[in-house]
Amino acid sequence: MNQQGHMASYGQPQPGYQGYQQFGYNNQHSAGVPTTQYGPYNGPVQGYETTAASQGPLRPASGAPPTSLPPSTAAHSTTYSQYGQGDIQNGPALTDQMQRFPVSQSYMSGGQPMPYQQYAPPPSNAQQLPNQMAAMQISGSTNNAPPPVSQSYGPPTSHHQTTAGFPPTGPTVYTQYSTPVQNISTNIPQAGNPPQHPFPGQTVPATTFTSPPTSMGLTGMNLSPPAGVPRPTAMHGPPLPGPSQTGFPPSQPPIGHYPPQPNHRPAGPQPGTGMPGVVPGPPSQGFQVHPTQPSQGFIPQQNGSFGQMRAPQPNYAAPYTGTPSYSSQPQQQQKRLDPDSIPSPIQVIEDDKSNRGSEPFSTGVRGQVPPLVTTDFVVKDQGNSSPRFVRCAAYNLPCTSDMAKQCQVPLTAVIKPLATLPADETPPYIVDHGETGPVRCNRCKAYMCPYMQFIEGGRRFQCAFCSCVTEVLPHYFQHLDHTGKRMDYYDRPELSLGSYEFLATVDYCKNNKIPNPPAFIFMIDVSYNALKSGLVHLLCEELKTLLDYLPREGNAEESSIRVGFVTYNKVLHFYNVKSSLAQPQMMVVSDIADMFVPLLDGFLVNVNESRAVINSLLEQIPEMFGDTRETETVFGPVIQAGLEALKAAECAGKLFIFHSTLPLAEAPGKLKNRDDKKLINTDKEKVLFQPQTSFYNNLAKECVAQGCCVDLFLFPNQYVDVATLGLVTYQSGGSIYKYTYFQAQADGERFLNDLHRDVRKVIGFDSVMRVRTSTGIRATDFFGSFYMSNTTDVELAALDCDKAITVEFKHDDKLNEDNGAQIQCALLYTSCSGQRRLRIHNLSLNCCTQLADLYRNCETDTLINYFVKLAYRSVLSNPTKTVRDTLINQSAQILACYRKNCASPSSAGQLILPECMKLLPVYLNCVLKSDVIQPGAEVSTDDRSYIRQLVTSMDVAETSVFFYPRLLPVHKMDVDSDDFPVAIRCSEERLSKGGIYLLENGLNLFIWVGMNTQHDLIQSIFNVQSFGQIDSALSALPMLDNPYSKKLRSMVDMTRAQRPRFMKLMIVKQDDKMELLFKHFLMEDKSASGGASYVDFLCHMHKEIRQLLS
Amino acid sequence: MKWIEADFSQNTSVVMATYQEFIQQNEERDGVRFSWNVWPSSRLEATRMVVPLACLFTPLKERPDLPPIQYEPVLCSRATCRAVLNPLCQVDYRAKLWACNFCFQRNQFSPSYSGISEVNQPAELLPQFSTIEYVVKRGTPAPLIFLYVVDTCLEEDDLQALKESLQMSLSLLPPNALVGLITFGRMVQVHELNCEGISKSYVFRGTKDLTAKQIQDMLGLTKPPAPVQGRAPQPQEHPGISSRFLQPVQKIDMNLTDLLGELQRDPWPVSQGKRPLRSSGVAISIAVGLLEGSFPNTGARIMLFTGGPPTQGPGMVVGDELKAPIRSWHDIEKDNARYLKKATKHYEALANRAAVNGQCIDIYACALDQTGLLELKCCCNLTGGYIVMGDSFNTSLFKQTFQRVFSKGLQGDFRMAFGATLEIKTTRELKIAGAIGTCVSLNSKGTSVSENELGVGGTCQWKICSLDPCTTLGIYFEVVNQHNAPIPQGGRGAIQFVTQYQHSSGQRRIRVTTVARNWADAQSQLQQIEAAFDQEASAVLMARLGVFRAESEEGPDVLRWLDRQLIRLCQKFGQFHKDDPDSFRLSETFSLYPQFMFHLRRSPFLQVFNNSPDESSYYRHHFMRQDLTQSLIMIQPILYSYSFYGPPEPVLLDSSSILPDRILLMDTFFQIVIYHGETIAQWRQAGYQDMQEYENFKQLLQAPLDDGQDILQTRFPMPRYVDTEHGRSQARFLLSKVNPSQTYNNLYAWGQESGAPILTDDVSLQVFMDHLKKLAVSSAS
Repeated sequence: MNQQGHMASYGQPQPGYQGYQQFGYNNQHSAGVPTTQYGPYNGPVQGYETTAASQGPLRPASGAPPTSLPPSTAAHSTTYSQYGQGDIQNGPALTDQMQRFPVSQSYMSGGQPMPYQQYAPPPSNAQQLPNQMAAMQISGSTNNAPPPVSQSYGPPTSHHQTTAGFPPTGPTVYTQYSTPVQNISTNIPQAGNPPQHPFPGQTVPATTFTSPPTSMGLTGMNLSPPAGVPRPTAMHGPPLPGPSQTGFPPSQPPIGHYPPQPNHRPAGPQPGTGMPGVVPGPPSQGFQVHPTQPSQGFIPQQNGSFGQMRAPQPNYAAPYTGTPSYSSQPQQQQKRLDPDSIPSPIQVIEDDKSNRGSEPFSTGVRGQVPPLVTTDFVVKDQGNSSPRFVRCAAYNLPCTSDMAKQCQVPLTAVIKPLATLPADETPPYIVDHGETGPVRCNRCKAYMCPYMQFIEGGRRFQCAFCSCVTEVLPHYFQHLDHTGKRMDYYDRPELSLGSYEFLATVDYCKNNKIPNPPAFIFMIDVSYNALKSGLVHLLCEELKTLLDYLPREGNAEESSIRVGFVTYNKVLHFYNVKSSLAQPQMMVVSDIADMFVPLLDGFLVNVNESRAVINSLLEQIPEMFGDTRETETVFGPVIQAGLEALKAAECAGKLFIFHSTLPLAEAPGKLKNRDDKKLINTDKEKVLFQPQTSFYNNLAKECVAQGCCVDLFLFPNQYVDVATLGLVTYQSGGSIYKYTYFQAQADGERFLNDLHRDVRKVIGFDSVMRVRTSTGIRATDFFGSFYMSNTTDVELAALDCDKAITVEFKHDDKLNEDNGAQIQCALLYTSCSGQRRLRIHNLSLNCCTQLADLYRNCETDTLINYFVKLAYRSVLSNPTKTVRDTLINQSAQILACYRKNCASPSSAGQLILPECMKLLPVYLNCVLKSDVIQPGAEVSTDDRSYIRQLVTSMDVAETSVFFYPRLLPVHKMDVDSDDFPVAIRCSEERLSKGGIYLLENGLNLFIWVGMNTQHDLIQSIFNVQSFGQIDSALSALPMLDNPYSKKLRSMVDMTRAQRPRFMKLMIVKQDDKMELLFKHFLMEDKSASGGASYVDFLCHMHKEIRQLLS
Repeated sequence: MKWIEADFSQNTSVVMATYQEFIQQNEERDGVRFSWNVWPSSRLEATRMVVPLACLFTPLKERPDLPPIQYEPVLCSRATCRAVLNPLCQVDYRAKLWACNFCFQRNQFSPSYSGISEVNQPAELLPQFSTIEYVVKRGTPAPLIFLYVVDTCLEEDDLQALKESLQMSLSLLPPNALVGLITFGRMVQVHELNCEGISKSYVFRGTKDLTAKQIQDMLGLTKPPAPVQGRAPQPQEHPGISSRFLQPVQKIDMNLTDLLGELQRDPWPVSQGKRPLRSSGVAISIAVGLLEGSFPNTGARIMLFTGGPPTQGPGMVVGDELKAPIRSWHDIEKDNARYLKKATKHYEALANRAAVNGQCIDIYACALDQTGLLELKCCCNLTGGYIVMGDSFNTSLFKQTFQRVFSKGLQGDFRMAFGATLEIKTTRELKIAGAIGTCVSLNSKGTSVSENELGVGGTCQWKICSLDPCTTLGIYFEVVNQHNAPIPQGGRGAIQFVTQYQHSSGQRRIRVTTVARNWADAQSQLQQIEAAFDQEASAVLMARLGVFRAESEEGPDVLRWLDRQLIRLCQKFGQFHKDDPDSFRLSETFSLYPQFMFHLRRSPFLQVFNNSPDESSYYRHHFMRQDLTQSLIMIQPILYSYSFYGPPEPVLLDSSSILPDRILLMDTFFQIVIYHGETIAQWRQAGYQDMQEYENFKQLLQAPLDDGQDILQTRFPMPRYVDTEHGRSQARFLLSKVNPSQTYNNLYAWGQESGAPILTDDVSLQVFMDHLKKLAVSSAS
């Protein structure tokens, strides 16, 4: 029952937004605390209202309306613009309800069947709804109904705003409402969201989305909404292939339930109010909604939920009781939650896509939550950095540390300073402030940025970070216009944009010397294993062409990066490839105990000048070592050698080390095989992640000091101790690649692609990153691949376009709602041509005194990114069990805090989640089940270390897909369009025996083929007659000239292009032994290693939350 | 050369013809010159002779007439003796017995000598074969090994010249000789020679000393677990390994030529105000280590070519800061040479290791400034390697000298031998006090070893890692016969020199020289002893002692010691009335000795003024290895005068010989100076030599040049050639050598006869002799 309730609430919030709302509302209504209110309102509207109600903070009971209102306002505002009337009507009453809903999604622990209902509501998307709405509606049977509803909702939402936190403003607002635009503007002042509205014309959709989401979240928090989203997809599914339907059987039952739903909704809401009488009202709403939904097929979902809902809803009290039982699932009527009734990542992603994907995201307004990383959107830099560079977990920070402590939401930002921008976005402009260097604040040294306030006619500026007033140097002086802006505001990127670059002066260089262009040194293991696997041949052949693609500055004709070559086994071989030589010269250094570089001139060369010699060298290397019998290798000295070479050449650079075995040879950094699976799940497990010697720590330190980045390509056939070998790579900002059991034939493509990308990618050397913040918060912790010698400077030997750094902020003072909070990230680096530059990213955030605002402006993906990194760092010092418990505990606290402070009062058995965080449980569960903190028996220690390091420098998009893989139903693809089919949830239940699926997580790429797949589909993709003939050893799809093959191959290609690493394709046939591996990635299912299924985990979370609440 | 000898025979012609001939004959046959050819028979008398009983011994004196004896020498069976059967032994042909003349042990001839009889004597018993050479068939002949150790911190043209010289040298080597190449600068590279395509080298950092074991490990030379247990050098057993770095010339000369051709200057940048970092110390260490590993106990030449001082790592001689100049004598005296001791220690250790292994180290140092020879010299001094010092590799001095290293002897063999051990056996009245020369002690204590050391003593065996036909050792003996003991039985004392060595053909050979001299009672037969004094040999032997002392003692002390010896000698053998200097007379056999001492005192071997420490080391090195003739030239340069008044004639090494109408040719061994007198110079300037009517002038000009060329062509190392004239700065070479009989202090000489005044405060020979006489006759001393 409780679940149902949740469901309903979800539905509501989303619907509140727009078309979706309708559906959602209906459902939500069922959950509908607001129902009572809704009742009064227009039927359809009610749904929306309910959503509002769901925002909970305001919960009708509490009479909170006012408070709750503000949050809702945002969402509403959008709606307002559209529906002036609605607003008016709903206005007062609605607001209350609205508010509640947006805030929380309440998950019913018990209601398994319910989920479907939730789907109907798509609500979660409510924010983005405008666009989605249409789609949603279409999908939904009740197209007509919804729109009206949504409209009506809209108003209510607006009302909420006004009514809510802003009673005083309220009135004015209302007046304004009449003219949507005005309303918007008014809204803006009130809540963070409003600002978006102001620009209805352009941004409206986007803005509305953003705002709505929050509001939605509030309202729609109930799980049901998300569930609703999936529905639609499900709907699509059925129509296409028969099999898919089978997958959705659950939907049917719900249908049956439909009728009940309406009842429930009304009931739900009413109960909330506690008024039985209310019930009737809700029904009316519910009915409206329902009818539409059912017809569409939403109904089924709802039905299911309803069935459950009813029972609980009618008596709110009852439901609550139910919930307790919930915690103890067995007791409940339905032991299992219906997976469809719980928030669906796919639904959320799809909703965000449709709501926010079409309009550019302008960064002009403070504290806007950007679209999800899975959404394809365009960014317009209008004074804040693009979310591609900086993405926060919370865009509305609590004003005080008490609040922060209370909510436990980590204040964190994921910064990817050199992120690659899509072709249609302008890369940061380069600003040259001349010989005096970039203009900076005198005290805190913050760089000139849009937040600096020019005063005294432009003669001074006040720092936005420390408030210090700094004199403007004459050459930088400019008059101010009547608004206080400098006249050259639009001419200067540093005044009008969020991201830009400064040219650094010699003061910013090491030793006050303009740096030399960097160098790449290729260091190749030529021991027996490396040759036998074909690595050396492959690599040498490839390098010949690869060297043409070294990174170059802008339009430069050739790269100024110099290259050098080293091979090694037990000793090191340096090569002199000076252009004047007829033949390369090999110099063997066997004094590995005390490494040095044997030559300078001729070691690092310009590729074009020395091409002939280099080619000759690359020709000969495989021959020279072709008959080697040397199996021992060194490793420490290899890095030392590279480091010394760079030192000698007085430049920064990168080492590409291609290594195959555990370095057992007698040398510094020698390792022993200390792998011990018995340690897993003991207190000593952490040892496996720690380096076995401090040698590499010290080496890393030296590397960073010199700007020597180490990229490590591993080709192990057994344990190589990635934890230790990767340490320098990790601390120097390098990348690590691992190709276990490498065979040139099978893995060559992957390796070469990775290598290509790694060599070519944009990279900054010898960097220091500093994050400055406005007074009140401070960057206190950093996660990523780098080294820190003090507490503020992130030192990176190199930083490439794929590396992200997660920063955590803590309060050291109070923040101010008016001023908000500013973050400035400055990255000082040497470009690939040796130019010294500063890349600046600025982001301003809102601050709030109400927790609801915080919860409404969160980004779960970023949150997860932070959690992962935190957890993966903790495994170094804590048992994994502790790490897992800590994660669960913090998440539970976050959600409990929401429930306690923001959600409308409801039965304790009801799981209510903030809209923005409704995916937190599922994602968290994925993290908990990851190989690093809960390894299965088949996961090697090396793989765990490898993944640990890998993840630590991932950005949000990468972690998002890595932990919740993308599973695409290939058989449903539309061969005529460029679009991918809509993903499905990662669960075995969702797979159809007659389907083909593509699964990818950024590291792995599978094509799963069901055994009942139609023969012609198999024929057109694999070019074989039947399922049985498919060769699962295929490493690439056959090139066939038919739309299915082409489309699938292009999907594979595009998928690969989206990820920083090349994913090797694996074909998995159903019931094949490989399927085990594949199933490992079906994250919603129970894992072989004991990880909980999504449903189970959700229940567990609920229990945790309840414990915290009681 | 001939005329030089003639010159000396002139000088010594006054000596009794018989002894003169005897000495010369002995020298030619045995390569031995004794200070005394009749020996005082008691210890006490011997010490009163002042000049010790000693000899200059040239082990490989060129003897084209020696028959190759293809069997092993017959040894005395007494374990402590093991002397070789020689013409001085008494043989009982009937009993087939022979009595050892050193220990009187009676030995049975082996069956192979069964045919022996008075008329059928083996060569070793023939008197004319007091020196004989056995060719031993032990082991397989080892190829010669040449390991080039090349400094790359050179100027471009210097390096180029050096590279060409090295390439050229490949054609001079025996085709089966093994060569190796090590180059160094900041790093040390050992080049692998058998690779195709990519040239391969092993690199070592120049700042870190490594043990032989480490070096071999790093070069991958230790693969076969236990190389060879036996001491027999068997490089052939693992040719695969050693061949990576040492290859037969015939096989890789093309490779090596290319390799040398591609040799680059040390690529490490040298910033302003710095010296290039030069790792000579480690380079030599690696060379030694490499050979130790792969060719133990095999003769080899490590040839170091360096263009400057070691500036880093073990054995560094000076820091790389140019503002800190390399040590001078002044610094050394003030104990201000901070690297001196450490560096010397390093190189001494290396030299000893090389010596133990029978390998020698040559140093070819070409630079305008010092190159650290002072520290490095022991490498050559102990191993018998050469030191060649020049201004640049791009000079004929270096090029020809280097070429001459590979010159061949009369029989077409290389004039070099390796890994020799010299063992000396004496009759019991004599003991061995020590040896001075390019050798190291093998610490072989025997009954014939004296407790008093002169030179390298305490042993009766020495190792001479490299020697050529000129290599000469000074060997010092002590008479141990008691004063009242009778003149030893037979009246003759005997000494046997047994030299085992690796011939340049790779054969092992043993050369045995047995000599004997009469004993005389110094009290009753002083005349005989006096008459048998070899003042040339004595001068050289005393000089060697002096130089040997100078290596470890303060210069003035050595001079005082020499002076005292000279005075004592004069007191002993002079005829004078007490306290009447004018009455002082010396016999013919002693007459030249004071003059030698006078010039020796002024020589660069004992005087460091005006010489850098490197130069001193260089001069001393050559003085310690050359034979008597050359040594005498070094002590007292010879001066020839060319004029229209007659054929060229030797003239006094005196400022009075410097006349305007003469051309002088001075040979100091290290320099050939041609000096044109003032008038001659003016004529030459006026171009008379180009006029047909002055053909004779042209010939006069040409004559000394031709003679100078003759010397230049044959001498090793090639002397510095100076062609100068009156008033030119380079005339200083001449002016610093001549006896300053006329100086600005004795102006009376002005306008007199002629000659040139020398601007010096040095005493002239005249003053020196006056003092000597005074002191000798003084009753006080």
